[in-house]
Amino acid sequence: MYVEMKHINKNFGDYEAAKDINFGVEQGKMVALLGPSGSGKTTILRMIAGLEQQDSGDVVIEGKVVNDIAARDRGIGFVFQNYALFRYMTVYENIAFGLRVQKAEKQKIRKRVMELISLVGLEGMEKRYPDQLSGGQRQRVAFARALAPNPQLLLLDEPFAAIDAKVRKELRSWLKEMIEKVGITSIFVTHDQEEAVEVADEIIIINEGKLEQMGTPTEIYKRPKTSFVAQFIGTSAILDDFSGFKGFEDLPKGKQAIVRPEFVEAFKSDNEKFRSLMHATETGVIKSIAFRGSYQELTLEVNGILLSTNRSLERRSVKVGEQMCVLVYRAYILDEEDTEIHKNKLLKGVDIEAL
Amino acid sequence: MKEQENVKQGSLKKGQNKNGEGKLVPCLLIGISVLFLLIMLVFPLVEVIYRSLKEGFEVYQNAMTASNTLSALGVTLIATVIALAVNTVFGLCASWLLTKFDFRGKNVLSTLIDIPFSISPVIAGLAFIMTFGRVGWAKPLIDWVNEVFGMDISLVFSVPGVVLATIFVTFPFVSRELIPVMQAQGSLEEEAAAMMGAKGVTIFRRVTFPHIKWALLYGMILCTARALGEFGAVYAVSKARGKTFTLPLEIDALYMAGSSDSITQAFAVSSLLVIMAVIILILKQVVEYRGKREQ
Repeated sequence: MYVEMKHINKNFGDYEAAKDINFGVEQGKMVALLGPSGSGKTTILRMIAGLEQQDSGDVVIEGKVVNDIAARDRGIGFVFQNYALFRYMTVYENIAFGLRVQKAEKQKIRKRVMELISLVGLEGMEKRYPDQLSGGQRQRVAFARALAPNPQLLLLDEPFAAIDAKVRKELRSWLKEMIEKVGITSIFVTHDQEEAVEVADEIIIINEGKLEQMGTPTEIYKRPKTSFVAQFIGTSAILDDFSGFKGFEDLPKGKQAIVRPEFVEAFKSDNEKFRSLMHATETGVIKSIAFRGSYQELTLEVNGILLSTNRSLERRSVKVGEQMCVLVYRAYILDEEDTEIHKNKLLKGVDIEAL
Repeated sequence: MKEQENVKQGSLKKGQNKNGEGKLVPCLLIGISVLFLLIMLVFPLVEVIYRSLKEGFEVYQNAMTASNTLSALGVTLIATVIALAVNTVFGLCASWLLTKFDFRGKNVLSTLIDIPFSISPVIAGLAFIMTFGRVGWAKPLIDWVNEVFGMDISLVFSVPGVVLATIFVTFPFVSRELIPVMQAQGSLEEEAAAMMGAKGVTIFRRVTFPHIKWALLYGMILCTARALGEFGAVYAVSKARGKTFTLPLEIDALYMAGSSDSITQAFAVSSLLVIMAVIILILKQVVEYRGKREQ
């Protein structure tokens, strides 16, 4: 493990920012700390950096406990949320700062800075000041500045939060590409699951100072371990008792179930394609229709339960109040420790993927 | 309806604000302000200069070169320079502490700094006498210091006392200018510099200072202006004309003497302070302008 957090605790007065946090990050990996705002993820990042001191526990970098090493001696690159560029310095001076502090030779500094400027694609902007740059350009400067002293670990605090939605996607793939190119171990904080899923090799989900789950994006999506993760990742309906639903009669009583929109199919009763599955459906009424751009989100009431499903705009149009046949492929059942996937037993032997 | 159209087209006429009140209100406000400034400031200041030169330039020159005036000028300058230096350092430390660190009692400290703004300077001066004077509780301490180091320092009715009183009344100026600027800056840039391996001194010199330099200069100018003109606190601790008097005290003494000559002299010495004030005002404008342009 390149970076390890061992039994980390941190309180700010009554607020518990970290409760017995344990995780390890392998060298060369890009890891996301994902959680809602106020979950303590930024505090964890700042403790790795040395900008915040944990109350107890060890931060280990490259096998060395760094608890008593000051931030400036940890050799970590940090990209701040609003970039915190030195506003009285040019792009060149910003990037050169870390090298000048190390008292590197002038020519070496120049070579390294120009190398980084061309890496991040800001040639010709060396003499500009931060307020003469766009949000995306500022992020590139912040990235180059953090990399200049050749850190072995890069930490990024909400690197895309200050950028408008349109540029964000573009920058996301740019940053992922850059980090892969440089090959640096990196940890970034985000509250945006889409961002985490797209950029990270591994995701650590934090809630109320606790580590909920760590795993690859696919693992986290397919096998959420706690009810928080199941609810936080993807959109889902949480149902107190789902055992009344057709095909799920075998479910243990009194356990919460989670049904995601992609687990639900709704079709008109004259639909030919689903004819063979009619025996597994229940009848539902459309309560609302929300337009989501490339699809519609339908909310249906089935036996007093509200379920939602996404419907392609290519399909026949539907309206509120219309009766539909509703089929649920599977559901997550929440246990204290883990979640379990339950398939609709009436669909046994049916090749759902072929539909 | 017409107003809305104006706003929509973005074609407001000069002197007309969004409420469409026309030219009347701004003209009235300008008139009142100008009249007020003329009566309260400009006329009295012009009067000072006029009176000081009324008896001819020679009288003016004599008043300026009188030994009491020169001594007062010296004491004023000493007190101002020391107060400025001390308060600049203190102001930097205090505002650094109050904006970059979190600790218990931060609000109390912040309020304490403002005390000289709210307390009458005379009380400050009297408090100094009570503390450091012949019956003051700190008197044995001063005696002990004098004995041990073979010095003869006395803190009241002497130049050191004048300096202390001046420092007291001017100490909030620098920090009060710096605190809002440093608060707005936050500490992220400093943290970024620290992450790149910079030490405290480098961080201050390269990151913090460029940000606060105009506010610092502005605070120093205000501090100087106040130090030059301080009367009350100094009056309480300074009783020896020609030795520990500052310019404002000298002016008061000349004026109180009552003869027509001495009154003219009082105005002449006053003109010195007026000239200094004008220079400071110009400096202040320049600093304000340059500071704004750099933002």
